[in-house]
Amino acid sequence: MRMDLIQPFINAADAVFAESLQGPTKIGDLSMEEGAYRRKGIAALIAIKGDIEGRVILDLAPEVASKVAAILTGTESADEQIARETVCELANMVIGNSVTLLNDQGYTFKVFPPEIHTSDEGLRGSADTEAMVLAIETTCGNIFLNIAMHHLARRRRERDLAPAVR
Amino acid sequence: MPQFAALLRKDSQPVRYLVVDDSVFARKNIIKMVQLFGGEVAGEAGDGLTAIAEFNRTKPDIVLMDITMPQMEGIEAVERIVRQHPEARIVMVSSVGYQENILAALQKGAKHFVQKPVKPEVLYEILRYVLSDDPSAAGAPVALAGEHRS
Repeated sequence: MRMDLIQPFINAADAVFAESLQGPTKIGDLSMEEGAYRRKGIAALIAIKGDIEGRVILDLAPEVASKVAAILTGTESADEQIARETVCELANMVIGNSVTLLNDQGYTFKVFPPEIHTSDEGLRGSADTEAMVLAIETTCGNIFLNIAMHHLARRRRERDLAPAVR
Repeated sequence: MPQFAALLRKDSQPVRYLVVDDSVFARKNIIKMVQLFGGEVAGEAGDGLTAIAEFNRTKPDIVLMDITMPQMEGIEAVERIVRQHPEARIVMVSSVGYQENILAALQKGAKHFVQKPVKPEVLYEILRYVLSDDPSAAGAPVALAGEHRS
């Protein structure tokens, strides 16, 4: 797994959750997914296309999603619809901030709007796709990121430095 | 939440905002902030096409526009709105904050860019700056939000 691709997701998730939840966060377990990933609860999927292509799932247990939604909406409790919208928007913010950081490294992308992920299984690694799960510990409970992606093209800097083919 | 001095138009009326985001949650969050700044919501939209229709219907003072949306993305909506209404004041609000996106939005006519998660104090300063450029609006704060204005 190329950590230069993963680190922006870790940094972005850490920053977005710390800012949104106004509390401490800690990066917990990071594991490669060779087997099937099992969904924990309310999950949002975002597709990425460009120099690196893949999908990212943000996944929260229902009670964690409800707590996070209540904090972000400033209410005592949040129903399932609000929790779903909250998870989608959090996914949007984490992925948006991640691809911004990756773009600074020279990769270009297009990000698609989040969709609620209803399949029980997530994304597993394959010969050309690296997949991993990252757990972020927050005051509301653990939040999981299931990332699966593969390279399609060299980054801009490498393309610019490469001698022209004659 | 900190208190903010109200951002008002020159005629002392509240600034009217069109809030465009495909996430209902994000729209509610932005609406809470603009109300905290003494503003009024002229309309809401969940995609670029609806945003154009809502702009024509409500003629807001400021548009707060997401970028990644279904049907029509924010940058294309900016281009179409500004083509018809060169005086439109549009601030992009997106989690995707890389240079190409920001430049594309500014080239199409957006006035500024705010990256999500939005901090109220950052959005406030940007709105103040964008309004200060508006001959029909007072960028300078004249009253505290929630205070009686006479």
